[in-house]
Amino acid sequence: MDFALTEQQEMIRKEVATLARSFSLDYWLEKDRKHEYPWDFVKAFARAGWLGAIIPEAYGGSGLGVTEAAILLHEICASGAGTSGASPIHFYVFPPMPVIKHGSERLKEKYLPKIATGEIVMSFGVTEPNVGSDTSRIQTRAVRQGDRWVVNGRKVWNTNARNATHILLLARTDERDPKKPLKNLTLFFTEFDRAKITVQEIEKLGRAAVDSNEIFIDGLEIPEENVVGEVGSGFYHILDSLNPERMLTGIEAVGIGRAALGRAVEYAKQRVVFDRPIGQNQAIAHPLAMAWAKLEAAEAMCLKAAWLFDHGQPCGAESNVAKLLGAEAGFEACDVALQTHGGYGYAKEFYVERLWREVRLYKIAPVSQQMVLNHLAEHVLGLPKSY
Amino acid sequence: MKIVVAIKQVPDTATQVKIGGDPKAIDTAGITWIVSPYDEFAIEEALRLKEKRGQGEVIAVSLGPDRVKEALRSALAMGCDRAIHLNDPAWANADTLATAQALAAVIKQEQPALVLCGRQAIDDDMGAVGAQLAEVLGWPCASWIMEEAVDADAKSVRVGRQVEGGLEVFDLPLPAVLSAQKGLNEPRYPTLKGIMGAKKKEIKDVKAGDLGLTPAAPQVAVKNLEALPARPPGRVIQGEIKDAVKELVRALREDAKAI
Repeated sequence: MDFALTEQQEMIRKEVATLARSFSLDYWLEKDRKHEYPWDFVKAFARAGWLGAIIPEAYGGSGLGVTEAAILLHEICASGAGTSGASPIHFYVFPPMPVIKHGSERLKEKYLPKIATGEIVMSFGVTEPNVGSDTSRIQTRAVRQGDRWVVNGRKVWNTNARNATHILLLARTDERDPKKPLKNLTLFFTEFDRAKITVQEIEKLGRAAVDSNEIFIDGLEIPEENVVGEVGSGFYHILDSLNPERMLTGIEAVGIGRAALGRAVEYAKQRVVFDRPIGQNQAIAHPLAMAWAKLEAAEAMCLKAAWLFDHGQPCGAESNVAKLLGAEAGFEACDVALQTHGGYGYAKEFYVERLWREVRLYKIAPVSQQMVLNHLAEHVLGLPKSY
Repeated sequence: MKIVVAIKQVPDTATQVKIGGDPKAIDTAGITWIVSPYDEFAIEEALRLKEKRGQGEVIAVSLGPDRVKEALRSALAMGCDRAIHLNDPAWANADTLATAQALAAVIKQEQPALVLCGRQAIDDDMGAVGAQLAEVLGWPCASWIMEEAVDADAKSVRVGRQVEGGLEVFDLPLPAVLSAQKGLNEPRYPTLKGIMGAKKKEIKDVKAGDLGLTPAAPQVAVKNLEALPARPPGRVIQGEIKDAVKELVRALREDAKAI
């Protein structure tokens, strides 16, 4: 067993931290306030080659694993960029995964190099307004017409759709079979054709810089060659996105928690009330210490899940736990940080309120804490399914 | 064109420096180490020179203990071709002159056309090694440069140094030593490919004996480090403006002896 980062991973950690920290907390506050996509940030990461981190070297990337991606996203979040910084970057990590693992040679050659450079802006279309977490009941329908598929339907919580050039899309290609409810779904990677897809943005609690949307697909044509993997097996292919997505969002929440905790600790050292720094009071110090302990534990879980994935081992339960514990620890750290700041925690100029709003997302997305517990109860503990 | 860049590893600028158990040194526990920022300008300029000329070699050199490898690895990740680590306990107490002599010895072996370094390291701010190095080598030296242009044949370099209200321009025959001032360029961030490639590049360990050197006792030695005394609290003068002004003038004259 070895818990140490390799020399290369340590360098990745350090260099990402340096680059991410060159964007100030005021930059992110302004992006949030003005509802602007952080293009400068994304371009800086594209220039330095980070968007190609997990793309194989043969397709212009660096061929690193999810472990390195976890380090990357953790450091982005811990810089104070939060979800506003992590979301645009993580779209270069887990949506391409099914294309890398299951895509045809032609698909990989055509798209992966452009993903690696950031020329392609990705969006990810799985969730639908009427089915929530029950992916087996998605209704967006793709029908074969000659050498093309024609798609009609709706997707919701589609991040990045305002700027996306491409979409990874899951659609039904045959009737739902109650015996095998997750069959008959097919995964497509295709151009985001704005003549056939209407985007409606959803206003939300946090992360105003990066858009979330409902999209309406009306007669979108997709060439046969843009099917990822096998027709009818799309759900199983997308699992290679969903597990990394869980461990990576888990460690993002940890990173956000660290950013908030860091500010709270500085504040607790400097803020003097009743003639002493407030951090001298155990009612302030203990919650901060506990938040740190929980962040450490959650981070270790996220890295374990990433290690399992990178070593080709089953990681379903661990990925879920990574996201569960990451979201809990990240939120607790942000909440304690806000509390430590007292009234100023509520003020935008102290920065933690944005992190607090952003980190709340992780208890809901990409899967709710409750659905994670359902998964663990059923698949790990062997309890009867409740739904 | 072969260029040597001399760099120093220093505590991160955000470090709260504490005096160690041995009052001659700082407590290095928990310090994050970085390449001194002025040295990053030197690395960047060397890489740009190489890129502009379409050929050449950039060699990073640093003197210090094992941890300095990390700084050299960063230089390699930025794009330097190889690195030399002057790593020997005999240099543990090296002052600026001993450092310059060690660098000069390795530079004589490498015979570069140009040596670049930062105007000073941001730890002890001595700002002496660059000039001493040039002196030991017997090469011309220009410090705190804001711009440079090497001629086509790599026979001379024209540099601009910042002076109040303008630039002082000098021509130096090569080889020469230049030290970089902030504003010379904007250093690049290492790319991911650069980081991955750095692992494969050579860092050569060199001991004093390899250069035929026996470091002499340092001519400058640290006697003791002391923390700055706490700043005395300010004083608010209360009362009517008319009286307060009088009191302020009196205090400035008699107590502070400032006027």
